[in-house]
Amino acid sequence: MKKPFDLNADYQPEMFSFHDEKKVKEIIARYPRGFQRSAVMPLLDLAQRQVGEDGAKANPPYGGWIPRAAMDEIARILELQPIKVYEVATFYSMYNLAPVGKYLVQLCTTTPCWLCGSDDIVKSCERTLGIHAGETTKDGLFTLMEVECLGACVNAPMVQINDDYYEDLTAARMSEILNALKDGKPVPAGSQTGRRGSMAQSGPTSLQKLAKKTGVKG
Amino acid sequence: MPKLKINDIEIEVAPGTSILQACEQLGIEVPRFCYHDKLSVPANCRMCLVEVSPGPPKPQASCALACADNMVVKTNSEMVKKARKGVMEMMLINHPLDCPICDQGGECDLQDQAVAYGFDRSRYYESKRAKTDPDLGPLVKTVMTRCIQCTRCVRFSEEVAGTGELGYLHRGENAEIGTFIEKAVDSELSGNLIDICPVGALTNKPYAFKARPWELRKTETIDVHDAVGSNIRVDARGGEVMRILPRLHEDVNEEWIGDRSRFSCDGLKHRRLDRPWLRENGKLREAVWDEALEAVAARLRKSKLTSTAALAGDLCDVESMAALNDLMGLAGGAQMECRSDGAQFDASARCGYLFNSGIAGIEQADAILLVGTNPRHEATMVNARIRKAWLARRVKVGVIGPAVDLTYPYAHIGEGPGDLEALASGKHEFAKILEKAERPMIIVGMGAFAREDGMAVHALAREVAEKFKMVRDGWNGFNVLHTAASRVGALDIGFWTEGGVDLSAMDFVWLLGADEFDLSQIPAKAFVVYQGHHGDAGAARADVILPGAAYTEKDGLYVNTEGRPQLAKMAVHPPGQAREDWKIIRALSEYTGKVLPYNDLFQLRQRIVNEWPHLGEIDSFPRAEWNKFAGKGRILKDGFKASGGYYLANAICRASPTMKEGDAFFRRRGRAGTRHAEAAE
Repeated sequence: MKKPFDLNADYQPEMFSFHDEKKVKEIIARYPRGFQRSAVMPLLDLAQRQVGEDGAKANPPYGGWIPRAAMDEIARILELQPIKVYEVATFYSMYNLAPVGKYLVQLCTTTPCWLCGSDDIVKSCERTLGIHAGETTKDGLFTLMEVECLGACVNAPMVQINDDYYEDLTAARMSEILNALKDGKPVPAGSQTGRRGSMAQSGPTSLQKLAKKTGVKG
Repeated sequence: MPKLKINDIEIEVAPGTSILQACEQLGIEVPRFCYHDKLSVPANCRMCLVEVSPGPPKPQASCALACADNMVVKTNSEMVKKARKGVMEMMLINHPLDCPICDQGGECDLQDQAVAYGFDRSRYYESKRAKTDPDLGPLVKTVMTRCIQCTRCVRFSEEVAGTGELGYLHRGENAEIGTFIEKAVDSELSGNLIDICPVGALTNKPYAFKARPWELRKTETIDVHDAVGSNIRVDARGGEVMRILPRLHEDVNEEWIGDRSRFSCDGLKHRRLDRPWLRENGKLREAVWDEALEAVAARLRKSKLTSTAALAGDLCDVESMAALNDLMGLAGGAQMECRSDGAQFDASARCGYLFNSGIAGIEQADAILLVGTNPRHEATMVNARIRKAWLARRVKVGVIGPAVDLTYPYAHIGEGPGDLEALASGKHEFAKILEKAERPMIIVGMGAFAREDGMAVHALAREVAEKFKMVRDGWNGFNVLHTAASRVGALDIGFWTEGGVDLSAMDFVWLLGADEFDLSQIPAKAFVVYQGHHGDAGAARADVILPGAAYTEKDGLYVNTEGRPQLAKMAVHPPGQAREDWKIIRALSEYTGKVLPYNDLFQLRQRIVNEWPHLGEIDSFPRAEWNKFAGKGRILKDGFKASGGYYLANAICRASPTMKEGDAFFRRRGRAGTRHAEAAE
């Protein structure tokens, strides 16, 4: 999917500055002298998280995304042409370049999840939130996004909401999770059936001794 | 020294040579799109795949794989052929079939390689991708559907031009080259994007739909828009110069040229002087050659020799200046001057006015001091070299003069000669850098000399050069950067007068293509002959106009700022009744009665070489011996002046619609800021 990328859109704020100057310096110092441009990616992430933190407190709320001003600011800090930052930001799908909801729901629909019923999960989300994939709810809480494999195929179907994975989903559970988030109730991340890690559903089939020792039950 | 076998031929190469380069040494053709020997190697087009053993059983990108001992490389095996066919087919998936209306047609790498290595039909039936074309300004035209994402343009703008506006955005199907902020490529080297683009995505905008490469007559010649003497190829059809391309010369321009050299060629068609003119009752009227020459000769006979002057402009060849020198000499010693911009320096020692280290020598320098020059405008190729040295070794650059964006960071030491003096006494931090440097270099521009205290600045520059040991065994880092292509040649043949010429005392003034100076210095009663090719400032003041030939229309000798003599060739004939300049002067000598002793160009050149043997050694770069020159003088307080803009620097450019558009466009948008300067280390 082509990322929406409009540098002159109305929603672009005019200014951006990092709240945590110390963190910025620490990130740049991770890289050898002369190779500061390597800090582009962590700084983009920092900017996105900062916007997300501000957005969580705002009314209506919004999620983490990277405004143009932030990219220009990073270019200024690292002494790069702005285009070099745009290049990186447009390449990686995890950088949001347009505003998103407070909860960014990334629906995996790649083969393993699809075989395990990701279509139902998508439908469940769409019905619960009243939006299609690629859209944001009017209250600014949710954005639905269809993505490729997130690497948790063993516990398919799954979705990613902000930084957390929600695995072993059913349509009903998906709807519950979204409603809980809407009401501000805590939802446990990870497997929704109580599975630990990527263990088989029937219980541990290998490393059984270790499992017993650490108290993992099937 | 790794030894390997390529197609059963053994070869030993220098360590670090890539397989592709080794193949080139053997004359084996390896197709490629993204690889360019002056740019970094991204290995993303995959066209140069070859079979290498030992190694994984799959083809490898030869441009990014270094040769190693006992490698066995095959460039024509079944595996390679199949791989190339596959890559080609993938590239053509999204490439439009618009070759008939594409300007690259006939000189397109994609076209050629599709024929040579491709598959003869397509298996792709889906719709092709659509793209929007970014606006890169009035010089470069974009058709992004043709782009094959080789990223040569991105690397060029970042590495060579140093402005880096282009980028590679999005990914996969949506990947595209763009600027994204509706920004023109703000570089004097932007025209080279056209050359490095292997397809028709970036093409020459003024030349669009004008001609096909096979219709053009190609002449290899020399550029005169600055004193670098870039090697160029003039492509002409009939009597019209259609376009100008760079030619490879590693020591001068590598394979780039500036936009002024490339895009000003349409100026050769406008405002030309194509017949003699004669001023009668205050108005110029058309004349025939006989009348015009007679008028000049009559007046020349009458004039007092001490009040006769000849001024050579920026675009003159050595032959015409030598002939004029001879003519005036035979007439009895008039005052000659080539420094029409008012530059004052001591030209008695050759080492005092040459770019002694050579342009290629910049790459060896470890500290560079720029005085009164903006090489980005005055000699784009020199600036590109400095940037290359900065990119490769982070060479330290110091600037005395206006702080401008030079595309690399530098330390701004000061504005005027006072700061140079302070530096000489070690008062600035940069003095330490120069002291420590093994190959320090000073580059003095015309901005430092074209002022009243030019001589004193010249002496000061020599003092700095000697103090910091810029002249030592095997290294001469004293460099003068000229702005006029004619200048060094003229100084070599003595076309100058000590202290300059005071035009206000003159009664007869011969302007040999001289336009770049304040013409009001010439008194109203003086008789002015203008010999040149464009109806510019000089022609407007003239009493007689003798139509000459532009640099594409005559065989001529030019000496670049390094002192390297190069031969320019005639690509087209001069328009109308215009003639080659030396012939006009030779013809005039018949009228004055003192006939010049040469009847053809060969005899004239013989005469030149007899007196100045070094001018006969074409394309050689002889080192000038270090001598004393320029005595100390009083310096003034005011700072060096900035260069007068890039696009409209001479009569040809001022007549060129493309250059006017470029000037207006980039001036409107405003030049890039001085960010690099702030980032100085």
